[in-house]
Amino acid sequence: MEEFAALLDALVYTTSRNRKLALIAAYLREAPDPDRGWALAALTDGLDFPAVKSNTIRTLMMERVDPVLWALSRDFVGDTAETASLLWPEPDDAAPQPDLSLTEVVERLSALTRASAPRELPGLLDRMDANGRYALIKLATGGMRVGVSARLAKTAFALAFEVPVEAVEEYWHALAPPYAELFQWAAHGGAEPDLAHAPRFRPFMLAHPLEDGVVDLKDYAAEWKWDGIRVQLVRAGGETRVYSRSGDDISATFPELLDVLPMDAVLDGELLVRGSAQGGEAGGAASFNALQQRLGRKTVSKAMLRDYPAFVRLYDVLLLEGHDWREAPWKSRRATLERLMPRLPASHFDLSSLVDAEDFAALAAIRDTARDEAIEGLMLKHRESPYVAGRKVALWYKWKRDPLLIDCVLMYAQRGSGKRSSFYSDYTFGCWDGDPDAGAELLPVGKAYSGFTDEELKKLDRFVRQNTLNKFGPVREVERKLVFEVAFDSVHASKRHKSGLAMRFPRIHRIRWDKPAHEADRIAALKALIKD
Amino acid sequence: MSPPFSWIRPEPWGIHIVPADAWVDPSRPVARALVTHGHADHARGGHGATIATPATLAIMELRYQTREGALPVEYGESVEIGGNVTATYLPAGHVLGSAQILLEHAGERVVITGDYKRAPDPTCEPFQVTPCDIFITEATFGLPLFTHPPIGEEIGKLLEARRENPDSCILVGAYALGKAQRVIAELRAAGHHDTIWLHGAMEAMCRLYETHGVPLGDLRLVSDATKDQMRGGIVMAPPSALGDRWSRRLPDPVTAMASGWMRVRQRARQRGVELPLVISDHADWGELTRTIAEVNPQETWITHGREEALLRWCELSQRRARALALVGYEDEDD
Repeated sequence: MEEFAALLDALVYTTSRNRKLALIAAYLREAPDPDRGWALAALTDGLDFPAVKSNTIRTLMMERVDPVLWALSRDFVGDTAETASLLWPEPDDAAPQPDLSLTEVVERLSALTRASAPRELPGLLDRMDANGRYALIKLATGGMRVGVSARLAKTAFALAFEVPVEAVEEYWHALAPPYAELFQWAAHGGAEPDLAHAPRFRPFMLAHPLEDGVVDLKDYAAEWKWDGIRVQLVRAGGETRVYSRSGDDISATFPELLDVLPMDAVLDGELLVRGSAQGGEAGGAASFNALQQRLGRKTVSKAMLRDYPAFVRLYDVLLLEGHDWREAPWKSRRATLERLMPRLPASHFDLSSLVDAEDFAALAAIRDTARDEAIEGLMLKHRESPYVAGRKVALWYKWKRDPLLIDCVLMYAQRGSGKRSSFYSDYTFGCWDGDPDAGAELLPVGKAYSGFTDEELKKLDRFVRQNTLNKFGPVREVERKLVFEVAFDSVHASKRHKSGLAMRFPRIHRIRWDKPAHEADRIAALKALIKD
Repeated sequence: MSPPFSWIRPEPWGIHIVPADAWVDPSRPVARALVTHGHADHARGGHGATIATPATLAIMELRYQTREGALPVEYGESVEIGGNVTATYLPAGHVLGSAQILLEHAGERVVITGDYKRAPDPTCEPFQVTPCDIFITEATFGLPLFTHPPIGEEIGKLLEARRENPDSCILVGAYALGKAQRVIAELRAAGHHDTIWLHGAMEAMCRLYETHGVPLGDLRLVSDATKDQMRGGIVMAPPSALGDRWSRRLPDPVTAMASGWMRVRQRARQRGVELPLVISDHADWGELTRTIAEVNPQETWITHGREEALLRWCELSQRRARALALVGYEDEDD
């Protein structure tokens, strides 16, 4: 456990990607099996100990620390695990106990129940120092936040054992922690994991944004970019699974898709829910707002299945009935997909149609008219492109439609967490509910915490501190005088907010230090943009 | 007769000693100032008269290029400041010359700590516990999560990092007044006698410490060195220089920072610190609460820092306390 805690600590303080890779690779080479497998799972959020939640830790602390002092400390640090690791009262009779291995810790955490966790955790915490406690709590509650993406961890694994990263990525998702077969293969020169009959994830092909460029439509096909979630539907060995873009298995969230694929296949598409928000096309999709009702659920009620039925709008085919199509050009895969469609139940599948245009200018015109709730923009795919993992230049482009813009006034700011824990970085802004010169008020319409540079963040933080009207814990109410030009993808009616509006993906587009607050937009202007 | 302690009045820009019409650590120019120590947020220039220890006055002279109105007071010495108020300067253990000020008037005793710490420091006199009625304390690290480890451990980390990086240098960000000299003195005490390389902004203060009897060993300027000379060495710079273009002249530096804030991971991350050294010249939570208990005043006033938590502690231990809303004391780098 000490080595793992030291690794976490070193990762926290390392910003360079190469140094992070070197640190993880060194750990993976030196740590014993299966410790290193568990470490890999922990770094990539592949472990879940349902008996231990952030709240479990909070409750333990409440029994040991005054609640007010806890709250003030938690607010300052911005992270429950770290606050608890620092505030945990160390036992006076600290006779040093031998270090537990990471595997032993994982075994003990796995054995916990909701009832036993509050009894057992203190004994574990008592035998560690602050760094060890931090590692333990992070391990138990998940969310390491050490700046290690799954991709980085896989790259480090590949580096440690000199194996191709694509192979690591393919095997990884088919195996469960502590990935014994993966280490057997890479670290001990064993055979490649036999995964032929496993419904495993294949890395997605991704697109580059098309900044200001122009492509020739002779070479590129255009397709709508639907606003759902990208999924991979895999059937192998009689079992179907749904994977998200990051390779997470989200099958349990969408049970209606698990017995509708009639053949072994790996298909790439957009998961959407049925709805009418999208005009024109029969069997349309609802806005992302509706899909959101379905996301992140571990169990799904009948009402959910009835009210928000999911289906997959297909983009591509990777494997079909034993044949791997990934090397084939896009046009052949598309033809294969079109031939496949009649064999798939229309209740759960449709085909993402291509967008025809004379030339690029005509395509741009089509894109501009598409303000459909379910469309984010266009995809441009090279007709000869193979299906390759990741983002390869000049094969696929995404061409998002321009965002909507509105001028809002900053009302509240909240301290961020993690790297931004001392900065007021989350902003709530509002629009006027009438004529501001005739006594209208601002109503909050949204919240944003992105779209500005680090330099601007410092300036905003200073603005918040110098213009505070009221403090409510980590939130400050500020004088209503700073205008944000806010970009957003769409706006919906919402009962949750006083303004009756909810914006989708709002972000700060520009900070209008120059613009007087009374010139900001009114609620009515935003309401006019509602489509559903 | 006036109500108890009405002669001492906290205002947003300092503590006013009414019968003497003098101010303690005022943040704006006044006719007469009592200054606890030389950090810029406490020792501002432009006062008519400044009463402080000789070392603090020397530091202020270095900063503001003037000794006008300087009235030196030694540790333990009491001076009449008018209006039947006596001021006694006592060591605070914060930096060279730092003092607590004991004010006595009409049989009432008030101690203003300025900034202080209880941990040993080879560069200044140790804090002296002084009984009083009102104890006016700082609370820079007034949260229970702040525990400053023994400095030897942190110096050990620094020396280990140096051994592990023979081709780089360790760039240590440290306050130019106090922290830098303390780190250097502790490095010397730990047996590190090699040249320590200084950012130009630190040189004068280090020389001042040496003339006040704090030997710092072989110090040289980064601007006089080649990259190769500094490999395997330790470089000291003010925190503001860490991410600055200035540091490009250093051989592949590992960025360290000596500050109490380094106890919190994300604080270190925000500043791009790779080697956090939890070294502070302020009292940590344990020292703050222990000191209040030892001084055992009738009432505790809290000047600046995380006053809410210390207020809460006083409430829990049934001690009378209040927070003063003083402006202008900032210690983001300590």
